Amino acid sequence: MIDFGGWDMPVQYPAGTIEEHLRTRTHAGLFDVSHMGEIDVRGADAIAFVNRLTSNDVTKLVDGQAQYSTLTTPEGTVIDDLLVYRLAQDHLLLVVNASTTDKDWEWIKSHHAGEPVELNNVSSDYCQLALQGPDALSILQKLTDLPLAEIKYYHFNHGTVDGVAGIISRTGYTGEDGFEVYAPADRAEQLWNKILDAGDSGSPTGVIPCGLAARNTLRLEAGMALYGHEIDETTTLLEANLGWICKLDKGDFIGREPLARQKAEGVKRKLVGFEVTERGIARDDQEVVVNGELVGRVTSGSPAPFLKKNIGFAYVPVEFASVGQEIKIDVRGRLVAAQIVKTPFYKRPK
Amino acid sequence: MANVPEDLHYSKDHEWVRVDGDQAIIGITDYAQNSLGDVVYVELPKAEEEFAANEAFGSVESVKAVSEVFTPVAGVVVKINESLADEPETVNSDPYGDGWMIRVKMSNSGEVDSLLTAAEYEDFTKAESE
Repeated sequence: MIDFGGWDMPVQYPAGTIEEHLRTRTHAGLFDVSHMGEIDVRGADAIAFVNRLTSNDVTKLVDGQAQYSTLTTPEGTVIDDLLVYRLAQDHLLLVVNASTTDKDWEWIKSHHAGEPVELNNVSSDYCQLALQGPDALSILQKLTDLPLAEIKYYHFNHGTVDGVAGIISRTGYTGEDGFEVYAPADRAEQLWNKILDAGDSGSPTGVIPCGLAARNTLRLEAGMALYGHEIDETTTLLEANLGWICKLDKGDFIGREPLARQKAEGVKRKLVGFEVTERGIARDDQEVVVNGELVGRVTSGSPAPFLKKNIGFAYVPVEFASVGQEIKIDVRGRLVAAQIVKTPFYKRPK
Repeated sequence: MANVPEDLHYSKDHEWVRVDGDQAIIGITDYAQNSLGDVVYVELPKAEEEFAANEAFGSVESVKAVSEVFTPVAGVVVKINESLADEPETVNSDPYGDGWMIRVKMSNSGEVDSLLTAAEYEDFTKAESE
């Protein structure tokens, strides 16, 4: 167990990280992600208010739809990445990272200038469980009458799981199909146990409980950013390959101007994915060397259990950011060869 | 409960030593492999490299972390376990057998006497877990 953003969480369960990772890709994994924060935004101006503070276009959402987005600084860098859920035209739910919940809450409140919007930090009211993998739907369907196959990716509905009312969302952080269930905080244990039971957790092909280490290796393989690594207040959305959630044409939002400028001028550095091509594992914060010069840094580096490779993300100058570019990583004093590859590293079969 | 074979010597860094004449075979204990989790990479020295007692001779990597491994006795490496390059997980499945890491010719065979016995190591790990 470790302290993760102020929460006591398991790094792994007895089966171990590799088994947790592989089982999630082949059957199902269950993650207790109740540490995530939730901020409730209500009122006639809810959409306009959140649209001003985030990079993606909230006006494009319909009821029951969610979008990946970022809270941006005036410099166009990232305060946090988050999901914006539209429950109704006057009701949004923002789901943010655990380590940044307080920061985000203060930031959002500080930008409330009296417009008709009601803000509430409801993080402690919610628990959140993520069931991910090809078997996730069939397992969760045993516990709910909501026709899960009708919930499209990045959409959600209200329903009950084992009789507990909550939000069931077709989202996740693993690159697999799956669902995230938001429910009252005091029902976490009940839902956890019921899902493990419904998913036959004792069987080698059943659902497996997963810790933080597997959560990290899964999201890395799937090419997803982790706040504090690929994105933070020093990285712009465009540098971080998040141009796709940076809707410069939607109207004004915090950080829009420097991002528009950077889009016109081009970025100077870029986030790239790489694969280690000789023996060795690249780790977070190790230096990237090209032609004998230190040119960048690894943001996340780890073995990829499903791909059976060692992979990572790094920021490099744009001139070295092409797929195929050979780089070296300084692994504790030894220069280890790597190559820039396309991301995501892993894409689930259709 | 971790396995602690009677016939071995132990260090407080969770390495074990099996004495074979004037040579010592070294690896990490069951307690250590269990704490580390799945071993995905083992870095070993080359034959003929020399190490002082308690010097790091290599490292063991799990998915999440890198840990150095230390030789409890001084000596010159005569053999390394090459199979760990392709099968690092052997350290988890057989830490005292096929998961051995290096074999050294000891500079001073008497050094093993200052290592922990199985019983002492067991007490040590119990205290560490509390």
